[in-house]
Amino acid sequence: MAKRKLKRVDLIFSQDCSCKDILTAALKKSREEIIQELIDSGLKGRGGAGFPTGLKWKMAAAEKGNRKYVICNADEGEPGTFKDREILDRVALKVLGGMALCAYVIDAREGYIYLRYEYRFLIPKLEKMIETFHKWMDEFDLDFRVKLFIGGGAYVCGEETSLIESMEGKRGEPRNKPPYPTNQGYLGKPTVVNNVETLVYTMMIMRIGAEEFKAMGIEGSSGSKLFSVSGDTHKAGIYEIEMGMTLEDFVKEFGDGDTKAVQVGGASGFCVPRKRFKETTIGFQGGLKGFSLPTGGSMMIFNSSRSMYNVLHNYLEFFEEESCGQCTPCRVGCQQLLKGIEAIKRGEKSHRYLNDLMRLSETMKLTAKCGLGQSVANSFASIVENFREEMIY
Amino acid sequence: MTVKMINLTIDGKKIGVPEGTTLLEAAKLEKVKIPTLCYHDDLCIAGNCRVCVVEVEGWRVLPAACATPAMEGMVVYTNSPLVRRARRDILALLVSEHSTQCTTCYRSTNCELQELAAEYNIDNEIYINLIKDKHFTIDRTSWAIEKDETKCIRCQRCVRTCAELQKVNALDVIHKGANMKIATFFDTVMSEVVCTNCGQCINRCPTGALTERRYIDEIWDALGDPEKHVIVQTAPAVRVALGEVLGFEPGVRVTGKMATALKHLGFDSVLDTDFAADLTIMEEGHELLDRLKRKLVDKEDVSLPLMTSCSPGWIKFIEHMYPDHLGHLSTCKSPQQMFGAIAKTYYAERKGLDPKNIVNVSVMPCSAKKYEANRIEMNDSGFQDVDLVCTTRELGHMIRQSGVDFKEIPEAKFDPFMGDSTGAAVIFGATGGVMEAALRTAYEVVTGREVPFDGLNITPVRGMDGIREAKVKLENVLPEWSFLEGVELRVAIAHGLTNATQIMDDVAIGNSPYHFIEIMACPGGCIGGGGQPIPTNAEIRRKRAEAIYTEDEKMVIRKSHQNPEVIQLYKEFLGKPLGEKSHHLLHTKYVRRERV
Repeated sequence: MAKRKLKRVDLIFSQDCSCKDILTAALKKSREEIIQELIDSGLKGRGGAGFPTGLKWKMAAAEKGNRKYVICNADEGEPGTFKDREILDRVALKVLGGMALCAYVIDAREGYIYLRYEYRFLIPKLEKMIETFHKWMDEFDLDFRVKLFIGGGAYVCGEETSLIESMEGKRGEPRNKPPYPTNQGYLGKPTVVNNVETLVYTMMIMRIGAEEFKAMGIEGSSGSKLFSVSGDTHKAGIYEIEMGMTLEDFVKEFGDGDTKAVQVGGASGFCVPRKRFKETTIGFQGGLKGFSLPTGGSMMIFNSSRSMYNVLHNYLEFFEEESCGQCTPCRVGCQQLLKGIEAIKRGEKSHRYLNDLMRLSETMKLTAKCGLGQSVANSFASIVENFREEMIY
Repeated sequence: MTVKMINLTIDGKKIGVPEGTTLLEAAKLEKVKIPTLCYHDDLCIAGNCRVCVVEVEGWRVLPAACATPAMEGMVVYTNSPLVRRARRDILALLVSEHSTQCTTCYRSTNCELQELAAEYNIDNEIYINLIKDKHFTIDRTSWAIEKDETKCIRCQRCVRTCAELQKVNALDVIHKGANMKIATFFDTVMSEVVCTNCGQCINRCPTGALTERRYIDEIWDALGDPEKHVIVQTAPAVRVALGEVLGFEPGVRVTGKMATALKHLGFDSVLDTDFAADLTIMEEGHELLDRLKRKLVDKEDVSLPLMTSCSPGWIKFIEHMYPDHLGHLSTCKSPQQMFGAIAKTYYAERKGLDPKNIVNVSVMPCSAKKYEANRIEMNDSGFQDVDLVCTTRELGHMIRQSGVDFKEIPEAKFDPFMGDSTGAAVIFGATGGVMEAALRTAYEVVTGREVPFDGLNITPVRGMDGIREAKVKLENVLPEWSFLEGVELRVAIAHGLTNATQIMDDVAIGNSPYHFIEIMACPGGCIGGGGQPIPTNAEIRRKRAEAIYTEDEKMVIRKSHQNPEVIQLYKEFLGKPLGEKSHHLLHTKYVRRERV
């Protein structure tokens, strides 16, 4: 594996270009050209799941019908991420620009920003931006309008089908897939749901071109990404870094010298212990050899003063509460995992019960209805595997 | 348009299925049963219990068979080691949040979770019991329905039933995560919410979380009390379904055996709600003709269409949802309540009994009847007209408790005196039956001739379509009904409250073209009632309805106005339909209710 140092990038927050200019140039291209450029760039969703953005737009564009929707997923709820808040606060017009691009490509007339309940303070600013944006749309003669939708405060609504359900006035619960939103989304119409950061990158790709974007990062994980760094670090904050860094380099830069583990991807991500920093690359699983981890950008650093039992306990409490409660593996599984590690800690259950719980987490990964329940196993298994003694004693 | 065929492999066998077929259906075609819990034939797909997961080659996860369409080239395993392990885990999880006191559960041996847990040999010690830390309640406030949170597995069948089939939405999901549960609006007690007591949720609950409030012990107490004269009446739909809880296939008529068993249980008099159904037709048929006369001749502002009032679930529904339109309801009590009022007056008088010593028990296919019997309006005999109401299922329990070998016992007849009935009464049990019975009588009253349908079978009003309509032209009428000459009587039938709202929305804006509308709260009418044997589905309900119509054809008298006991009742006691005594004993009022 190639050794790489961290490479800082300044695309997302850079002010050296005008959104309006980018749009002016991009809208001269054909829909197919934009889609192809996005596919060529290798851009994958920056919310964490990593679905190829160009492909998503292509699928929605191929759907028939004149009512389609673009939704910006600003329900940033993963513990340890705070990048979307910053983007919306500082460069909202880039996000809106990305939505306009998408609307142009898939032929949508309405768009929504699904804003996390806790980010209500952004409403006045966003409304002002939307107003400006609508004037541009008139100038471009693009029939596209964006509205704000304020979420109710549930983590699961970051999952795109729950988000759509909640927009339709129902309980925020995941749908059965297929059909996927690009086929039947909001109000049953083809819908593209993109993360805030992803939308900004579509604009950036229009600016710098697919080639330059792809030149960054590594195979299967091109470009750069925002990382929300928190925990035991002197440099907590948001950093735009090229994809494909090793955790070792990351920890060298951000750790406090006593880093024991890094939780990559928040509560639903993986915990990487010190001994695996070297072999772990941050990027989507692709042609890459070794251990690569996708992430929505949450990087939580723990030093040796932290109890990994407490860390896991905290995550499980979070999941136990934030599961929508609809499907059995997630609703009951989360409770069992939490109660299970408590019982082991108290000595009421044998340490061998951890094996039962590991198997249960595997079942949850295989059978839960949505990404939430499926990903509980990520943090559970990676923490229990690497810090088993901390769970027991 | 030809249907596209999808080729896939299930458990090593290549098959082709029409596009849109789910993996669950595809497996069923191959005679492979994939276990389910949240799936129900009558309801939309939820895909939330995950018990039906299967393995698909190349897939990262195990999809739910009920919610996954067959796709070209799919290779599916329904019983691989991975699938079995996942299913066992999921069942064990469900068991861990379920009160497993099966020995004392009313639904024991008729519980889908119990059956699957046994099938998969679930050890309920694997996972930690979650019940004891939760503040679960058992809600016994309703006259009709008990809700036990400790037994709920959150499959949401009840929620879907209440929303899709009934449009009532009394039950819904509240909270999330570990606290997620099925509750009423603001978790209010069942007796205070829009619940119509129809009991359709009970019929679809896979466990004992929703059950009817049971009166078995009270009935045994009454039977054991020598001071009491205990009368039992049985509704028409009970006789075509009771067999299902006692070892018979759906659709077997057990009328005679039921009468024998009831006598064995110790009832002093085994009578028939059908008698009162004939009485209802006399009153309601005349009410219709009376309203038509007042409208057409006297030009009065009367409410038309007239709507039936036999279904207490429907009554509570309209009281909540359309309180401004209660005038459309027939003022007739339901057959159960007519029976009760007559039993404690006329019957008591003739038999020389003190009505305070009479205990009226009724066996109903219905849970809402329990509520109806306890309505404050239902005391016209001077006592509570009907004392205790049990469901078909409860009667099944009582018969089993009594030790009677139901399969082997001979058949008997109902006791005389309010035990006689006609074919018109028995069809009350199926959707469209009240309408058919009413038409048989009303047409003959007006024209002096039988309804112009082959063998009295008014087939347009039969069937299982959610909403049906029919027209009957009145010609060559008798002189006293001359104002009806040439009138085309338009009628409609709806069953299931969602269908009822379609009809009612037109009535509410004054746009309904009909004169008379029959509405039954439950799908299929009473044969699909909330007190009927579990399980239920369209096929079972069709078989029960068929049995009802066979029962009708086997009857000697098939028109309500020819029931000799009803004729005698009018002669000796009531005088005439809509007369003063009828008005006092057989008619009622309705109440405006809040919509919470």
